[in-house]
Amino acid sequence: MIRLEQSSPPRWKYPTYEPGEPVALFIPCYVDQFFPEAARATAELLARRDVPTVFPKEQTCCGQPAFNSGYWEDARKVVRHFCDTFADYRWIVCPSGSCTAMCRVFFGQVDPDPRVVEIGRRVVELTEFLVEVLGVTDTGARFPHKVTLHNGCHTRRELGVIDPPLKLLGAVRDIEYVEMPDVEECCGFGGTFSVKMPGTSLAMGRTKVQSIVASGAEVVVSPDSSCLMHIGGMLRHNPATRHIQTKHIAEVLVAGE
Amino acid sequence: MSTEEHDLQGAPFLKEQIAGLYEPAGSKATGEAAERSTKHNREVTEAIPYWQDWREAASQIKQYAVANLDKLLVEFEEKITARGATVLWAEDAEEANRHVLAIAREHGVKTVVKGKSMVTEEMELNHKLAEAGIRAVETDLGEYIVQLAEQRPTHIVTPALHLSAKEVGELFAEKLGEPFSAEHEHLTKLARKHLRQEFLNADMGTSGTNFAIADTGTLAIVENEGNVGLSTSTPPIHVALIGVEKVLPRIDYLPLFLNMLARVGTGQKLTSYTHLIHGATPGRKLYVILLDNGRTNVLRDKAARRALCCIRCGMCLNVCPVYRRVGGWAYGWVYPGPIGSIISPHLIGMDKAGSLPFASTLCGACSDVCPVKIDIPHQLVHLRHRAVNEPSPARSLGDRLTWKLWAWAMGGPRRYRAAMGLVKLGVRLARFLPWHPGKLGAWTRGRALPQVPRGKSFRAEKRSSDET
Ligand code: SF4
Repeated sequence: MIRLEQSSPPRWKYPTYEPGEPVALFIPCYVDQFFPEAARATAELLARRDVPTVFPKEQTCCGQPAFNSGYWEDARKVVRHFCDTFADYRWIVCPSGSCTAMCRVFFGQVDPDPRVVEIGRRVVELTEFLVEVLGVTDTGARFPHKVTLHNGCHTRRELGVIDPPLKLLGAVRDIEYVEMPDVEECCGFGGTFSVKMPGTSLAMGRTKVQSIVASGAEVVVSPDSSCLMHIGGMLRHNPATRHIQTKHIAEVLVAGE
Repeated sequence: MSTEEHDLQGAPFLKEQIAGLYEPAGSKATGEAAERSTKHNREVTEAIPYWQDWREAASQIKQYAVANLDKLLVEFEEKITARGATVLWAEDAEEANRHVLAIAREHGVKTVVKGKSMVTEEMELNHKLAEAGIRAVETDLGEYIVQLAEQRPTHIVTPALHLSAKEVGELFAEKLGEPFSAEHEHLTKLARKHLRQEFLNADMGTSGTNFAIADTGTLAIVENEGNVGLSTSTPPIHVALIGVEKVLPRIDYLPLFLNMLARVGTGQKLTSYTHLIHGATPGRKLYVILLDNGRTNVLRDKAARRALCCIRCGMCLNVCPVYRRVGGWAYGWVYPGPIGSIISPHLIGMDKAGSLPFASTLCGACSDVCPVKIDIPHQLVHLRHRAVNEPSPARSLGDRLTWKLWAWAMGGPRRYRAAMGLVKLGVRLARFLPWHPGKLGAWTRGRALPQVPRGKSFRAEKRSSDET
């Protein structure tokens, strides 16, 4: 009898977080450099819950860009560096769904070393950590704006994180949440896809922008700054949509007070 | 289409990468029709509360079948041969064509009516038959339209998805000399009128096969138009073509697959007709051609095996945001969309189809709906890894060096800071350039560059706060 492969990823089981346990922040490279306010908000959100955070200084990148481009040998070097950096932490929290998916789902493909796989599995996406691990939905934020959510495809489909961002936004005071049409559709970013097939990427982005406009939202939030870099870039490129802002969800969750 | 032409046809994705085609080549009709069927088919599957369990069962059964192809195919052959069918094996398209031509020659065939079959597209059978002076007529309405238009199918289930009713009406007026109409029912009637005569005159009928059932030796074929029934039973000879992965271990599993295929393929609860062919009827000939054509290459690549579970329902095409915009021809070969991107590299070679796995954002909409749960995005990244390491259009020395350099830069915080400093400087300076080259230009064609934050990076802040 052959052994059949498991055809769907097992649903994630979160370990229990003991109060006071330190959490290592993994701030993806582009967030660190281009969206530091999202990183700051992440640290702030955890601090308000009395979760002590550490920022391991050796950290660089999760290896995803090279991995998705097929250069697994190069990605492996970066993945190993990641594992050396984070080896001592039981909890690793990351404010990006796609980088979290890289660590949790794809590390094993790049490097089947059990240590690598195990460290990769410790990485938890921020909204997932708040809702599923800490059991928090109300972060005490106030954000009196009309907001729509774009969940990145890796967050939605590789991690299966769908409810946490919605629950968190739902508890924000004075927020008006609107769902955009075809909310599950990809925005067309896709990393290097955006510059390898720019025509198609932009065509997909235009559809997403239309959905955002149709929702009437003033602000688009996402647990993925990478999608927002593309969506925001498109919004700002066109004078008619320049007024629509993009924000990482963490920024909304610390707003007000 | 010759093998050389595959190269050209395989190029569009790559071409965009180089020349930067501004607008995607797919027709508006493609996107709209694909979106419509997605919504419709979703409803029909969501009506089944245990749909996810069905998917799991179907996936496990197909994985079992793929892992036991050798035994199951032989079992199928024995069973159906015992009831008068002749089974022929073909290692590649050429051998399959030789078989079909030999059968045609032996029986003096002049006209062939064809039921829909993607395998015959792989073989370019129509072309081969024409070369031998034999007329082949497609009898599936969509295929018939595409054949009249001298085009290739853009979709594996609905071949003429890219054409509007108006375009079909114009085509019929031009090629069949009928008065113009853009009304679906009328157009169908016209096709029916013209095809009826073809069925009666044909010397041979061909068909694809949806499932080849091993334990009973049965061909299961589904259709909606009745043309497969006529193609397989009116002429004295029926040639069924089957990709070797189409085998199902037991007939008990068939109801599950028939039900699922109809729901995801065409949004029906069951197709209008289901044919179960158990052998040759007295006085008629049944030939069954089992075609490999690169499928065993998939078996050899362990990480890719699940690609063989595909039942060609076409749902992954319908949901794919890339397919919807670029259309079927952009994929350069018989199988478009996500499934094409994961099997064409195996079937026609990485050297020809190596750019296909890159034609995706890895969004995973396809694997979300695939009835046999093929992990398509994971297969895509696996094939990307192969494509950059094997002779293929995706292999590039420039990229190789870039990623080497990148991996070095990401090897430690100092190098990282230096590299990121350069990137930020580049983005700042780019604002003052009148023209952006290469990848930068590809980005700024329709997107503003990210704003470089005025303050420090997060890590720089952390550093200074630790130092104080
Ligand atoms: S890969 Fe799955 S969704 Fe796509 S055609 Fe095959 S069975 Fe259907």
